[in-house]
Amino acid sequence: MGLLSKKDAKLITDPLADNNPITIQVLGICSALAITAQLKAAIVMALSVLFVLAMGNVVISIMRNIIPPKIRIIVQLVVVAALVIIVDQVLKAFAYTLSKELSVFIGLIITNCIIMGRFEAFALGNGPWRSFLDGIGNALGYGVILIIVGFFRELLGSGSLLGFPVLGDPIEKTGLYAIGYENNGFMLLSPMALIVVGIIIWVQRSRNKALIEEH
Amino acid sequence: MLEHTELFFKSIFVDNMVFATFLGMCSFLAVSKKVSTAVGLGAAVIFVLTVTVPINWLLDQYILREGALTWLGPEYADYDLSFLSFILFIATIATMVQLVEIVVEKFSPSLYNSLGIFLPLIAVNCAILGGSLFMQSRDIETFGLALNYGFSSGIGWFLAILAIAAIREKIRYSNVPAPLRGLGITFITTGLMAIGFMSFGGMLTGGDDGAKESETKTATVQNTYDFNDSITETAPVEVTEITE
Repeated sequence: MGLLSKKDAKLITDPLADNNPITIQVLGICSALAITAQLKAAIVMALSVLFVLAMGNVVISIMRNIIPPKIRIIVQLVVVAALVIIVDQVLKAFAYTLSKELSVFIGLIITNCIIMGRFEAFALGNGPWRSFLDGIGNALGYGVILIIVGFFRELLGSGSLLGFPVLGDPIEKTGLYAIGYENNGFMLLSPMALIVVGIIIWVQRSRNKALIEEH
Repeated sequence: MLEHTELFFKSIFVDNMVFATFLGMCSFLAVSKKVSTAVGLGAAVIFVLTVTVPINWLLDQYILREGALTWLGPEYADYDLSFLSFILFIATIATMVQLVEIVVEKFSPSLYNSLGIFLPLIAVNCAILGGSLFMQSRDIETFGLALNYGFSSGIGWFLAILAIAAIREKIRYSNVPAPLRGLGITFITTGLMAIGFMSFGGMLTGGDDGAKESETKTATVQNTYDFNDSITETAPVEVTEITE
């Protein structure tokens, strides 16, 4: 790898599977579940977290030697809050309907445990470049789960992807609907997000036995 | 009085922090292995929510929202500082948590010992910030209602974590498929509990208080569902049917 050494590349690839922030580290679940009924919202959320986490990791990593340990949580919160305000204002300016749909969940990125977790566990002890890569990797791992959940919920729940009907028209009875297929409206309800994540965890742990926990 | 009772039950059951909006999920999953620790964290959440929501209500009312600065003089009437709400709310929460920690340590060491380790965790619990943000976006009208909202959402969160902790203690003795053990089965159980809690959704639409009353109620219920991603499409239809 020209740009990235093997060790650096691992920072990005690890969180995608075996050290996934959602399914293994149990971080950042709050917002992951509430906004995945549509694929589009899930993608926007993933991109917002990517921006906040990567930038925040870099800022915290640069300041890591001058932050007094006693007040570091407040310093971290202020850094994240500033970044989230930028994301929120940009979304309000360029994608107003979507930002209404995400309502308070953009604001809740501030308290998303994935951000604090990575600051504490990584950015406080590593240089800016490695922290940046760690931020990208973990945000991607988070995004992958969000997108998988969003994909299944939108496909099975409303028969569309990113708003385009892919299974035919349920009212005109074309495509799959012609042979009696019905949308499963249950998938659109928020509790199903939990169950889909549960199934993802199940699949992942049956493929990799090392991840199984003892109760 | 009626609106207080309505808000109280609505925040506990219909808009339960954990099961309807998935707030505070991280600590909900991490600290629910034993009932005793779950009770400690739940009590701390009730406490902090009851303190921070009313304070943030005052901030929102007198500093942040459009025209809120009129009390300083008519020339400030046009200011809209609401874009600052995230940073101001989280600063209040972090400060209050620190303050509460100091006060509790001073006056009640036994309470401090049982809450102690959880208090710093709470500053980054999404349920706390979520409480303030929902308070802002739902336009809670009076200070009393804000206090009520903070307290009852806290109770809702407490009930949820108590329930899941009790279930997890029992699940330990059941024969769960190995890859599903621990986190996986907890996710699925929470999902099933959330489906159960959805049945409370009809609670506020029943009764025969006259047409006007039920109309406003339908409106509030519809409003709350707007925050609830997907349900916007299905629930309001259901709700109007019941009302009619």
